[in-house]
Amino acid sequence: MTERRAAILGRLSKTLGHTAAAAADAVTQRLNARPRGPQPQWPETMRERFLARLARVSGTFAEIGARTEIAHAVAGYLDAQHLALRLVAAPHPLLDGVEWPEAWQVARRHAQGDDRVGLAVAFCGIAESGSLMLLSGPDSPTTLNFLPDDFLCLLPASRIVPRMEDAWDLLRSERGRLPRATNFISGPSRTADVEQTIQLGAHGPRRLHVLLLSDASG
Amino acid sequence: MKPTSHAFSANAHQALHDTNLQQALAKAGAGFVDKRRSAIDGLPEFEALRVSGRAIKDHALANLDHYLLRFEQQVIANGGQVHWAETPDEACAAVLDICRAAGAKVVAKGKTMVGEEIAVNEALEGAGFEVVETDLGEYIIQLAHEPPSHIIAPAVHKTRAQIAELFEHQHHQPGLTRPLETVPQIVDEARQVLREKFLAADVGITGANFLIAETGSTVIVTNEGNGDLSATLPRVHIVLASIEKVVPTLEDASLLLRLLARSATGQETTTYTTFFTGPRRADDADGPDAFHVVLVDNGRSQMLGGAYHEMLRCIRCGACLNHCPVYGAVGGHAYGWVYPGPMGAVLTPLMVGLQEGRPLPNASTLCGRCEEVCPMSIPLPKLLREHRRQEFVRRLVPPRSRWALAVWAWFARRPRHYRWSSLLAMGLLGWLAGSRGRFRSLPFAQAWTASRDLPAPQGGTFMAQWKRRTRHD
Repeated sequence: MTERRAAILGRLSKTLGHTAAAAADAVTQRLNARPRGPQPQWPETMRERFLARLARVSGTFAEIGARTEIAHAVAGYLDAQHLALRLVAAPHPLLDGVEWPEAWQVARRHAQGDDRVGLAVAFCGIAESGSLMLLSGPDSPTTLNFLPDDFLCLLPASRIVPRMEDAWDLLRSERGRLPRATNFISGPSRTADVEQTIQLGAHGPRRLHVLLLSDASG
Repeated sequence: MKPTSHAFSANAHQALHDTNLQQALAKAGAGFVDKRRSAIDGLPEFEALRVSGRAIKDHALANLDHYLLRFEQQVIANGGQVHWAETPDEACAAVLDICRAAGAKVVAKGKTMVGEEIAVNEALEGAGFEVVETDLGEYIIQLAHEPPSHIIAPAVHKTRAQIAELFEHQHHQPGLTRPLETVPQIVDEARQVLREKFLAADVGITGANFLIAETGSTVIVTNEGNGDLSATLPRVHIVLASIEKVVPTLEDASLLLRLLARSATGQETTTYTTFFTGPRRADDADGPDAFHVVLVDNGRSQMLGGAYHEMLRCIRCGACLNHCPVYGAVGGHAYGWVYPGPMGAVLTPLMVGLQEGRPLPNASTLCGRCEEVCPMSIPLPKLLREHRRQEFVRRLVPPRSRWALAVWAWFARRPRHYRWSSLLAMGLLGWLAGSRGRFRSLPFAQAWTASRDLPAPQGGTFMAQWKRRTRHD
């Protein structure tokens, strides 16, 4: 094991003319500076860009003005899709205090194989690609993003950043380190493995619906 | 998998007469090309990104030892483990050890080309584990007991009817016996069958598109979400990655991702892009308890700094396959091993030996389309020519070709003889062709003349015409 490691690294260092122990200035510098490459530009506002790209990857959205409207927006979605009044919601603080109607079955946990509808909260949105960024953790179980047929995700509009690079900066400043799983999600699951025909709902959610929260107070 | 690259000629012949394959290839080819074109047209910064992307990979390769060490350090700091493997056997042994230690029975796999390279499925099955491919394309070819025929669309050679038939034979479960006709029916049935497997799996194996030195993360891109389920539901997550996948920072990966999706499927981004960083944290609601990265060399450290160094920039997008006229005509299986198309014709001889892979670099017109579309600007035709050169140097070229080349080389180095002999040959051919001016069949080239005529040379030699023209100007 250690011999293999030494053999591989030794070959690499020898070819590259490095003395194994030498401090690699260029490497340290690059890791600290984290330079960005060319950044794609667009004329629309971030919100417009996000929503246009979301639509392009077959995602849908509903706009809500305050967190008190979450239950109503979810009800509208379940009704439109003819779904039972049952969902699994992430144990996220932004979903605490939501008053779900009495008749509903709402669980606050990670998802299981037969959960039909999931609701989570995005860490941020990426305008460039219409993607949601979710960070695994006690308040954001990764299984919720993948197992349910319908994936609903709350995104405060104030948390749409231009590009993936901006999302990394936000993550570094707010969290300091990457969680176990950092998911960038762009639309519902899809496959083109049968005759290159795009079919939604391969293994992950068949539908993705964003609840865009415009209330600046979050 | 035992390579059959030496039989490329016979494989290709068979492929050209396989109606199902030809039907499937015709459907796929133009789709990939058109989608890539429109995705790139939609991003004016693409060329600038391509230049920067190449620079990132060049820098990472020039410091590969340092970045691998940093990556390893960070994986360990996150609570994961790194296993180094020089050969496919060592890599498989590392995977088997982990699976045995975990007391595993079922292994769920996301798509990994390195997994194909080291034949990890055979190793796992041989040791008594149940292995389930979860990418739909990989699942289809697993059922069919076939290798992938494309690095991003493994079942591109199968028609819908073939897949429906395969499912009907394999899924003997109640409720799953209705005849499948449409694409949604096929995808739904696979979803249902594989969902059970995900939930039953003890170990999940995924590949990695990138490794991040800064954070010790491994990155996968998928559209189905199967890689994420494989990495989240089982107790143990194993990442199989080759050593050249490491890049310095998250920013570097962000840039390369813009090139990858567009070049591969013509998407702006894949549906799921995930960065895995270690095992489940103390207060996490889900995720695996253990996180292992198996770093596979398999000849790459020897490619570094050598004639094929630039091949290490490859990000496995498959654009060179999609734009290759040879791949488009014969499909991936004819190449006889894991990697097909132009990138495969460079890699296969390096990984299975030039003796076995010899026909692949020769099965190319060197038209250059692959290099044009490569997001990493890898000079694939140059690398294919290098293989041909090696083949000659190592005397692997058959005597008749060596002799013909030697004769040509003798003339090419003596311009006066060359001119005289070509004048003579032209005259002779013109006389032999007679008034018809073309040959209906030629000795030694009957396969070529079977479907076309060879026109006899007319007018003067090139040199004579050139002289005449320059005099007129």
